[in-house]
Amino acid sequence: MIDQEIVAQKRAAQLAKRHRAESRFKWFGRLSIGFGLLCVLFLFTDIISKGIGAFTQTYINIEIPFDEEKLGLTPQSTEAEIKAASFGSFFKKTLREQNPEVTGRKDKRSLYALFTSDAPLILRDMVLADPSIIGTTQTVSMIADDDFDTYYKHSYGRDLPEDKVIGRINDFQVSMLNKFVDAGVVEKRFNTIFFSNADSREPELAGIKGAIMGSILTLFVTLILSFPIAVATAIYLEEFAPKNKFTDFIEVNINNLAAVPSVIFGLLGLAVFINFFGMPRSVPLVGGFVLTLMTLPTIIISSRAAIKAVPPSIRDAALGMGASKVQTVLHHVLPLAMPGMLTGTIIGMAQALGETAPLLMIGMVAFIVDTPASITDSATVLPVQIFLWSDSPERAFVEKTSAAIMVLLGFLIFMNSMAVWLRKRLERRW
Amino acid sequence: MNTAINNTMSEIAKETYQTVGKPLLDSPKMSIKNTNVFYGAKQAIFDVNLDVGHNQVISMIGPSGCGKSTFLRCLNRMNDTIDICRVDGQLMLDDLNIYDKKVDVVELRARVGMVFQKPNPFPKSIYENVAYGARIHGLTDNKVELDELVEKSLQRCGLWKEVKDRLDEPATGLSGGQQQRLCIARAIAVNPEVILMDEPCSALDPIATATVEELIHELSENFTICIVTHSMQQAARVSQRTAYFHLGKLIEVNDTSTVFTNPEHKLTEEYITGRIG
Repeated sequence: MIDQEIVAQKRAAQLAKRHRAESRFKWFGRLSIGFGLLCVLFLFTDIISKGIGAFTQTYINIEIPFDEEKLGLTPQSTEAEIKAASFGSFFKKTLREQNPEVTGRKDKRSLYALFTSDAPLILRDMVLADPSIIGTTQTVSMIADDDFDTYYKHSYGRDLPEDKVIGRINDFQVSMLNKFVDAGVVEKRFNTIFFSNADSREPELAGIKGAIMGSILTLFVTLILSFPIAVATAIYLEEFAPKNKFTDFIEVNINNLAAVPSVIFGLLGLAVFINFFGMPRSVPLVGGFVLTLMTLPTIIISSRAAIKAVPPSIRDAALGMGASKVQTVLHHVLPLAMPGMLTGTIIGMAQALGETAPLLMIGMVAFIVDTPASITDSATVLPVQIFLWSDSPERAFVEKTSAAIMVLLGFLIFMNSMAVWLRKRLERRW
Repeated sequence: MNTAINNTMSEIAKETYQTVGKPLLDSPKMSIKNTNVFYGAKQAIFDVNLDVGHNQVISMIGPSGCGKSTFLRCLNRMNDTIDICRVDGQLMLDDLNIYDKKVDVVELRARVGMVFQKPNPFPKSIYENVAYGARIHGLTDNKVELDELVEKSLQRCGLWKEVKDRLDEPATGLSGGQQQRLCIARAIAVNPEVILMDEPCSALDPIATATVEELIHELSENFTICIVTHSMQQAARVSQRTAYFHLGKLIEVNDTSTVFTNPEHKLTEEYITGRIG
């Protein structure tokens, strides 16, 4: 016989130990969640603080007298004549006349460099759009050069020590900037160029529209191919395939494919689609093929899990009614498994959206200044654009890089919330 | 090779037991002869011979794992869904050998409907549940006929008054007893000849059970019903004939009253008096 009191003491000691273990476990959990949240917070503050600047752009408002004589044009000039006119020297001449105190060759060049190198083209396009402005004086909001822009946004008027000043700008340019600011012609505006232009060598003209379109086209191809193929595969393997060594072998291989590094899919795409089938390089079509190969295993695995989760009683009910196998699957299993399948698909798509490595292999890393309009136009995608910009020497590309990351993260968050919403929406209880 | 083994096993089975009572009938609706069922190498049903009469309720009782559900699922080939399951023997529905290669299970299951242990309505509306069978078998030509069929089926199950104002609501929102009656309405909507019920009341409370039992009684006027049950009282209440299974063997078949008042076989007697099972 054990003494009741001793037993009670032992139990109390054990109980205290158990409680300590439980609270320790709880705190471990809280700590790891806290650490995770801290990392996310750090990531977001870092990216947002670096990238927020890219959403504004400095403009300098200047009066441009579209002088008939200087341009050698009249309001009646034809398109060809306007295109042939030298807007470059006209713009420089106008600047010199408006700032007569600038004399030296070097200073003059510094003055021109305050404006985007596309300034003559912008003026020409204005005239092309409306030739009647010839002979009048117009106020033009001219895009500032990236160095000027960076300096004005981040260092101007802050009295920073030399090494903290960002923006490559000389003393003469600072004095010019002061003059412009005093005249009240410098203004910061929301940067629409960033969203309406494709890539450019000039940071002030570079935008992500081309990359976004490239991503959309590539993902479109991926979705169109991977969703039906994956769903059909999952349904066949789960509902129709006999359970034998061969299907086991297929299953193991699908699971393995999900773990294959994505760059290998890129090499496969290069070898098969481009070298063997002779498809063009750098196009969303091939990019979509490659990403399809990459996302298929993910979607197949989640679709199979969704099909497995459909209670067998529903299949029994349908089969017992005399529904054929196909009817059972199409009428009952598929609708119930659809939320899970869609979630898997969207997660696979999000993965594909963020993928860079396989696309480098098939040439989607090229510098492309045109926005792609179809799946056979040369294109690049958002993550590759980020990669390209992060590699550029210009200071202004740093904030463009972070801004592009923000846009990419925005798309990812949007897609993942879509997945959650769809699941909530389509989920049915049984 | 396999057949040889099976034959030997059947021989052994034959030697070891003989069903007592009255397993055979004149002009039966279903006639099961020398039927063996295997799960892989394991034999679940041993040489069963049994007739099911026209518009009769036959109940199958026996301890858990005795093979009564397996046997029931042979009758509309629901065992086909289990890869390792194999059935041999002659199972006739009228003149149709249901395990014949030429038989279409879709057609067979339209003639032999099934109600399961757990109420399993489709996660669709009440209306869609009942209309589903008619839709897939093309029984009605237009919406009006379909509406009529749904109403008639629900009325026969005594569910119409309870659900007529919410036909568009999900069937999963009904109570357990209502769901099971809905499953029965769904089964009878395709107008089968035989209805198989696999412990239809085991998930229901006593009041819902009483309602379903009453329904089974009414349905037996038009349908042949095979019901598997754990409850001997239920078997006594609803069925005209009772079959007692033990470890895959059909021990005794007779009129329900005879089985419960005057069992011939010792095992049957021990089971109904509560000594085994």
